Amino acid sequence: MKRRSWIQASFLLCTTVLTSCSRDQGQGDEILIGEYGSLTGTTATFGISTMNGIEMALDEVNQSGGLLGKTVRVIVEDDQGRPEEAQTVVTKLITRNRVVALLGEVASSRTLAAAPVAQQMGIPMVSPSSTNPAVTEVGDFIFRVCFIDPFQGLVMAKFAAQSLQLTDVAVLRDIKNDYSVGLADVFVENFRALGGTIVADEGYSEGDTDFSAQLTSIRARRPQAIFVPGYYTEVGLIARQAKSLGIEVPLLGGDGWDSPSLIEIGGAALEGSYFSNHYSVDDPSPAIQKFVGDYRARYGATPDALAGLGYDAAQILFDAIRRAGSADPTAIRDALAQTKDFAGVTGVTTLDENRNAVKPAVVLQVNDGKLAYVETINP
Amino acid sequence: MRRGLLWLGAVLVLAALEPNLRGLIGAYNYQILVLVGVNIILAVSLNLINGFTGQFSIGHAGFYAVGAYTSAALVFYAGPSVRVLISSLPTVAQDAVLLLMGLLGAALVAGLAGLAVGIPSLRLRGDYLAIVTLGFGEIIRVLILNIDAIGGARGFAGIPQLSNFFWVYLFVLITIATVHNLVSSSYGRAFVSIRDDEIAAEAMGVDTTRFKVMSFVISSMFAGIAGGLFGHFTMYLHPNSFTFVASFYVIIMIVIGGLGSIEGAVLGAVVFTVGLEVFRGFGAFRLINFSVLLVLIMIYRPEGLLGSWTLIKRRKQAGAT
Amino acid sequence: METFLQQLVNGISQGSAYALIALGYTMVYGVLKLINFAHSDVYMFGAFMGFYIANSSWFQATMGTSVLSGVVVLLGAMVLASMLGILIERFAYRPGRSPSPGTLAFWFGILGAGFGYLLGKTPGAVAAGVLAGIVVGVILEKWGVRPRAQSSSLKILIIAIGVSFFLENSGQQVFGADPKFFPQIIPTKVLNVAGLSLDSQKLTVLGVAIVLMVLLNVIVNYTKTGKAMRAVSFNLDAARLMGINTDRIIAFTFGLGSALAGAGGILVSLMYPKIDPLMGILPGLKAFVAAVLGGIGNITGAMFGGLIIGLAEVMAVGYGQSTYRDAIAFVILVLILLIKPTGIMGKGMVEKV
Repeated sequence: MKRRSWIQASFLLCTTVLTSCSRDQGQGDEILIGEYGSLTGTTATFGISTMNGIEMALDEVNQSGGLLGKTVRVIVEDDQGRPEEAQTVVTKLITRNRVVALLGEVASSRTLAAAPVAQQMGIPMVSPSSTNPAVTEVGDFIFRVCFIDPFQGLVMAKFAAQSLQLTDVAVLRDIKNDYSVGLADVFVENFRALGGTIVADEGYSEGDTDFSAQLTSIRARRPQAIFVPGYYTEVGLIARQAKSLGIEVPLLGGDGWDSPSLIEIGGAALEGSYFSNHYSVDDPSPAIQKFVGDYRARYGATPDALAGLGYDAAQILFDAIRRAGSADPTAIRDALAQTKDFAGVTGVTTLDENRNAVKPAVVLQVNDGKLAYVETINP
Repeated sequence: MRRGLLWLGAVLVLAALEPNLRGLIGAYNYQILVLVGVNIILAVSLNLINGFTGQFSIGHAGFYAVGAYTSAALVFYAGPSVRVLISSLPTVAQDAVLLLMGLLGAALVAGLAGLAVGIPSLRLRGDYLAIVTLGFGEIIRVLILNIDAIGGARGFAGIPQLSNFFWVYLFVLITIATVHNLVSSSYGRAFVSIRDDEIAAEAMGVDTTRFKVMSFVISSMFAGIAGGLFGHFTMYLHPNSFTFVASFYVIIMIVIGGLGSIEGAVLGAVVFTVGLEVFRGFGAFRLINFSVLLVLIMIYRPEGLLGSWTLIKRRKQAGAT
Repeated sequence: METFLQQLVNGISQGSAYALIALGYTMVYGVLKLINFAHSDVYMFGAFMGFYIANSSWFQATMGTSVLSGVVVLLGAMVLASMLGILIERFAYRPGRSPSPGTLAFWFGILGAGFGYLLGKTPGAVAAGVLAGIVVGVILEKWGVRPRAQSSSLKILIIAIGVSFFLENSGQQVFGADPKFFPQIIPTKVLNVAGLSLDSQKLTVLGVAIVLMVLLNVIVNYTKTGKAMRAVSFNLDAARLMGINTDRIIAFTFGLGSALAGAGGILVSLMYPKIDPLMGILPGLKAFVAAVLGGIGNITGAMFGGLIIGLAEVMAVGYGQSTYRDAIAFVILVLILLIKPTGIMGKGMVEKV
């Protein structure tokens, strides 16, 4: 009995403490938006890039007078890369901070954990870069501004089979990363449907630094190209090691490659490789160059695709709020659903009836240490 | 009789709280409370093996994962057919049956895993045991990553939400009661004797292997139950929730509270979970500060918050040392 | 056959990476019976120090791509890493066994730095925070707050875990969580020998690893300090009674082990030029397995252990399922602990009781 009352007492204590903690709720003249991402943990670099992109969009909108006459505030929470944290943090943002919309997350695994909460509570959520199709299937309050795996996988399969006329391709996927697995599966399916052969399908884990074993196996099968739908954090090393093993064929990839670190780490080994992306940093369009320039000035680094997507997700959300004419979550949701031809830095985006982004993909090639535009593939 | 009435009372209190709690304290605090409950079960169960039996295991997350995925898979795949069988019952009862079915599976499979890990590992002592259990935890996680039927790297989505405050805290009470009874019984004296001096215990005729394995299996069964309750609350499972960092967190909980003390494990779980939430304002520095705090606690008060209080109590109970 | 030989070569490269980290691990464990979880983070620190040295304007201006550059960066990183190791020993592990004045000042100073940065992002704010923290720490110690001086390996293990967390999370804040490219400061050439692709860089690293191993063996077995280290590993109290300054020897052991960790950081980063604050965690665990495999406390054993694990991983990935790679090291660990817990070359340099 003593023990039980002890426990009950501690619960009461904690509940009191929690409820008496200051509520970070908006003042009447503010629009509160919640952002959740992994700012610590193994994928912190992606979470931080996204956060920077969102921060830039936020400052721009506030400098030009805010939205609906009010200042916009983004409350950022760290989910440490853990799905249950994502769920907790989103619950907090919605119920205690009373945000009217959410931005996040990068990884589909965290978005999938948090989305049901947002859907249940009727708060629209815009994911900048979760590509697992299941994410938007959670409900009609969940949106994304990036490609879904089926589209991007098809893009590269088409490019490989039709533009490059390849028949034998090997696949090297990151098995710990659902983006990579999803993209690889779709590529394999489509490439085969277009008449190609997958000569090898190897895997590695996010964080690995040695790929020589897999590359040696792949080398023995003599592919004409290797599809590596992973993140730039590993692709650079993969390219290097492939070259030093005497593999001369080009590598193919997806938007996970997009980062200045890619060429820094991969160096000359990446020459001639291709990947699909939302945009090209060298795209002379003024909007993109301004974004890149501002980002460089502020953060001292060239923005990667995730920063661009974060920026666009925020911009699209702000645009929806403007069009909705109100900060009511349901109104925002309805306005988001009608996003059409929004010109962002990562492409002209329309959100389709499944709340996925429909936008063309560009294929880029690494040429002379820079990214050269090759072609556009429309959905 | 009195015991039965106490239990009935507790169940009624929990049942009365459940539908109203979200309204009373808000959805966010409700969520925290549930996670605190899950952590309490994890901490109290780990304490059985680390604190009372003195075997340092850092693989608890593995059993937690096994239980979570087993329960989720059972309910996800077999659930619909079972529902048809019991369709005459009201939905609440159906949910309860499904959850209990899942938790039973979780406990059994996690217990089996505990047996599989325990038997070979418990030959080892101290640091070696710690690393082996860590290794097993990682092996389990890699295995889960590779099984597509439970989602692998993409995670297991679509788990029905069957657990809530009521169920979690019911099992918190069950866990605490079970461990308390175990520890106060002759089994408990065997566990503690193994912790205090294994060789002497063996010399006194205590079958140390049998008791070590028993402690390990019971501990992993409860970790499995915690996992099942967790999965059916968050509705989504991913191997990233079960890394060795998760095992370390449980260790931190029982160390903060005081090893070898059930109250300590409970307190440690509460302090740790709530602490992490309360300190969100520090952003990324939260974990930095927490790690410094851990180091300082271990240097200046290694027996944890409750440590010496319970130790004295226990010594008095056991008689002269 | 060619593929098999190539995989063999790959395995040896990967293995030498694990061996380098394992050397320091096994030595520290051998002398102090402590699994220094923070070892893998000192390894990371060494890599980052090398990164900053190689990217510093002085280095860029005066050094080119040469063996000399490599040596300069290596030595620089080793010195800095050993300093970190000695700091950690002094303020995290030593308080676990003796009252160490200054500990609170140190840790509160660090907390203060964090708060200072949070409240005002300027270096001035950080400095003010550090000062405030040190003052608080000194006052607390004056009031009689002292470490609990009974040593227990569990307590030290948990402190090690705490220090490791601290270094990893601080690293993410201070260095940035994004992966960085480690400059290729030694010349590299791909040699084609009998159909095998051999990287001259990897050969160099393997060579340096062997040299370090030999050096370490010499220090431990043929010098007076080494003898003192061995004495401490047999029985700390007896060594103290024999007049050995155990605190100094322990600090030296840590310094040496950390220097090796730092060297490992540089050498591995030359082979796999991507560095990030969490780079040490998994390799560190696998390196510990390597140390156990080779016989904990045995230096040559650590080298062999590392190579075996590297080879096992590469073979498993090359010929089996690449997705189980991370589990391989742990499966080996379980097997070796069941079959021969003292390791392959067990009962070597220092006796494990």
